[in-house]
Amino acid sequence: MPTVNLTVNGKAVAADVEERTLLVYLLREHLQLTGTHIGCDTSQCGACVVHVDGHAVKSCSVFAVQLEGSSVVTIEGLAVDGKLHPVQEAFRDNHGLQCGFCTPGMIMTAVDMIRRKPQLDRETIRHELEGNICRCTGYHNIVSAIEDASKRMAGGAA
Amino acid sequence: MITYPFTYRRPASLAEAEAALKASPDAKLIAGGQTLIATMKQRLASPSILIDIARLGELRFIRREGDALIIGAGARHSDVATSQDVMKAVPALAELAETIGDPAVRHMGTLGGSLANNDPAADYPAAVLGLAATVTTTKRAIAADDFFQGMFQTALEEDEIVKEVAFPVPEKAAYAKFKNPASRYALAGVFVAKTGSGVRVAVTGAGPGVFRIPEMEAALAKSFSPDAVANIAVDADSLNSDIHASAEYRAHLVTVMAGRAVKAALERA
Repeated sequence: MPTVNLTVNGKAVAADVEERTLLVYLLREHLQLTGTHIGCDTSQCGACVVHVDGHAVKSCSVFAVQLEGSSVVTIEGLAVDGKLHPVQEAFRDNHGLQCGFCTPGMIMTAVDMIRRKPQLDRETIRHELEGNICRCTGYHNIVSAIEDASKRMAGGAA
Repeated sequence: MITYPFTYRRPASLAEAEAALKASPDAKLIAGGQTLIATMKQRLASPSILIDIARLGELRFIRREGDALIIGAGARHSDVATSQDVMKAVPALAELAETIGDPAVRHMGTLGGSLANNDPAADYPAAVLGLAATVTTTKRAIAADDFFQGMFQTALEEDEIVKEVAFPVPEKAAYAKFKNPASRYALAGVFVAKTGSGVRVAVTGAGPGVFRIPEMEAALAKSFSPDAVANIAVDADSLNSDIHASAEYRAHLVTVMAGRAVKAALERA
């Protein structure tokens, strides 16, 4: 069984996993980082989105062995010293969730989105969210939360 | 979902990858894995060895060379969508890349992977065929007209690896895609390009594989305007019919998308 060396949320991790182990299973079952969810398991829903070397990827659609040496950030890694990330704050303030199942993926996608496109309008946010499915909210408050977060971060509130 | 077990290799160079592929007839290349992994999870594919070429720097580049834009097979869709060189030389190609999958998929999926897979609803084949691009492999250069050979079929041999694609820089080009509202795959996508050597029209999503429409190309060569293609219909008999759209509907979409692509190409400064 190969050993995969990763940095996960800033900490060095060495995990012995089968080659066929998907990143999401390494996170959830080997590292007990269960904030990353498995929704559809077919790359549609985005509940499993994490950042690999700074880019949003679907952790159900990449084998852990492919990422040897990479840096992975999950929803658990966003808050710093107990202080929520501005995107997390904005989701809370805008009621950007109901059941919360899709929320980790939504937030990881939103952080990546704001990094790539600091100037976001609502139409762009909706377009950028096409790989993330929410079955509760109708997206309205999620879009508001991301719009709010992008303004806060542009304003240096981050 | 769990795939069948496999052995994983990550060669340090393209030459090593080629040797590994030659040595193992049951091996498959993996780059972005955004199609292959899903297929393996459904257990529709079960390669015994995966040869990972995603990190080969020699395959991940974009550069302008005279009248051509050269893109490495390992370029991610997000690389192409955001490249200044692509936006300047062939903006239609950057726009096309931005419509593939979703942002997370675009961070992983590659040009070479899309072409080698040749999904009948993939976007890149329309650009490669529409621009008369040349696909260079570890063995040879293949013209777009020879590369695509129908549903999931290409001219690639078992131990041949796509290295790069040379896209001629067109005078005008655009891609119009009618997306399935759920999957965002093309129900019909039409790439129209006007170059020094004429006009080409390539269609994806509608048929069993990407194809050209010579009648539209001839009409557009005479008059490059949406009206020129408005009354040219493709034969529905050769198109796909499924729960998402009938062949007749797809045939209608092809004409509409062709007109929109011409309009978009003309509106580009």
